[in-house]
Amino acid sequence: MTTASAQAGWRFRKPSVIPGFGLTLGFSLVYLTLIILIPLSGLAWRSASLGWIDFWAIATDRRTVNALKISFGTALAAALINVVFGTIVAWVLVRYPFPGRRIVDAMVDLPFALPTAVAGIALTSLYAPKGWVGSLLAPLGMKIAYTPAGIVVALVFIGLPFVVRTVQPIIEEIDKEVEEAAATLGATRWQTITRVLFPGLAPAIVTGFALAFARGVGEYGSVIFIAGNLPNVSEIAPLLIVIRLEEFNYPAATAIAAIMLVISFAMLLVINLLQAWSRKRYG
Amino acid sequence: MADPVLFAADPNPEIASGITESRPARWGLMAIAFTFLTLFLVLPLVLVFMEASRKGLGYFFETLGEPDTLSAIHLTLLVAAISVPLNLVFGVAAAWAIAKFEFKGKAFLTTLVDLPFSVSPVISGLVYVLLFGAQSALGPWLKANGIEILFAVPGIVLATVFVTFPFVARELIPLMEEQGTGDEEAAISLGANGWQTFWYVTLPNIKWGLLYGVLLCNARAMGEFGAVSVVSGHIRGQTNTMPLHVEILYNEYNAAGAFAVASLLAGLALVTLALKTLLEMRYGAEIAATRGH
Repeated sequence: MTTASAQAGWRFRKPSVIPGFGLTLGFSLVYLTLIILIPLSGLAWRSASLGWIDFWAIATDRRTVNALKISFGTALAAALINVVFGTIVAWVLVRYPFPGRRIVDAMVDLPFALPTAVAGIALTSLYAPKGWVGSLLAPLGMKIAYTPAGIVVALVFIGLPFVVRTVQPIIEEIDKEVEEAAATLGATRWQTITRVLFPGLAPAIVTGFALAFARGVGEYGSVIFIAGNLPNVSEIAPLLIVIRLEEFNYPAATAIAAIMLVISFAMLLVINLLQAWSRKRYG
Repeated sequence: MADPVLFAADPNPEIASGITESRPARWGLMAIAFTFLTLFLVLPLVLVFMEASRKGLGYFFETLGEPDTLSAIHLTLLVAAISVPLNLVFGVAAAWAIAKFEFKGKAFLTTLVDLPFSVSPVISGLVYVLLFGAQSALGPWLKANGIEILFAVPGIVLATVFVTFPFVARELIPLMEEQGTGDEEAAISLGANGWQTFWYVTLPNIKWGLLYGVLLCNARAMGEFGAVSVVSGHIRGQTNTMPLHVEILYNEYNAAGAFAVASLLAGLALVTLALKTLLEMRYGAEIAATRGH
């Protein structure tokens, strides 16, 4: 009787002989709620209680708008650079055997393992006008550290493994016969790459771009050392949040954080849809 | 017959050109990749160790022996020792519920687990400031009862837990989904209880993936900067972790000191990478196919 009604009706989970569902799910939900959901909804509640007029005033403040533009603009530039060079790196790592390949492969993950503050001071010293690389560029009139270009350099460092690690496994999976078939049918190598191989890689490249971009928008530690942090020129949005907090201007910090979160989530949604589309189109 | 040496050197270049790039193109792509990796990965790493030793080993050890540095090292180890086990337990519990059972809202829960990855570290710290700060609803009560969360160890731990939240769960969920439920069902039907099933059947299956997740979680926990910076209050010798201490020394124009502490963190990163590579080489198949974070 009860089983019949349960089968017919809505059921929360499929039956299983494995125990521990209630315990593990319950613990996970409590932990998730305490650590992530309550603090994040606190942020939402605080920004909602600001009221539209105050919120709008903060959102349209020149310094806020510029900081958001700088954060999203430099993250976009860095993600595009990483798409080009990260794909080349992935290709070289998979296709061209060379001595020490495993070490180079392991090095690609350095940005995941190296604390961002360490990366920040190292990149700053490297690309400063007196640094190893900066001193080579200075005679050419190129200044990297303490300009928006420095922010892009830091974000390229941070985002590189996201692109390489999403594209690399897909290149590994390419069936060589596809390339041979294209070659047999008279395609040049360039045609094979652009018409046959690239469409297969496109979804992975889009995913890598999205991950690198999302990480770059919120990045703080590696950027603040190299950026120069000039308001309206090279001041990123996360830094402006920190500055507002240090001024005890909690409403402004809250509002900027809320705007950042909403834009990031919206872009992730768009990119997810784009990915689904490209998987349908090319996959 | 053709000369065998010719065969060994390079197959007929005309045939090969269809399935691989021409030799100049190959060399060109490799040159681009190596230049890029040198500029962005190798040089920064080399620079950390060069700058750390620039004033000599005496100064290096003097910096590391300073009470403020020692206190930063101690705090970093303490925070990792609390937050990594917490996220380890959560990761195993969440992976058990998500991978071994079918239930409504599973996809949504998986998305929530990943949520901290798309939140800026600064915002991860900010949410706790808004929750426990003097201006919050809880703030006056905490103060009246003498409970310190912000600008103290609990706040730093909370921010670190938030930021490192998904690492273990993310490694385990795809791995345990791939392994299915057959082993556990067999153990249960043979009379094992839930705990025995986990301890003797599931844990041996996932141990390398678990270690992998813990390794990445620990690296991030010890190196986290943005979130911790917001909640720490930067009290020297009390609430400074190693990355925050690097920042303070650097901003005091003590580059050699900053890089000395930074070289310890870079050493930790290299050890993490070495262990990670070792795990992938030996147990690649037993670790989740999803590489990335």
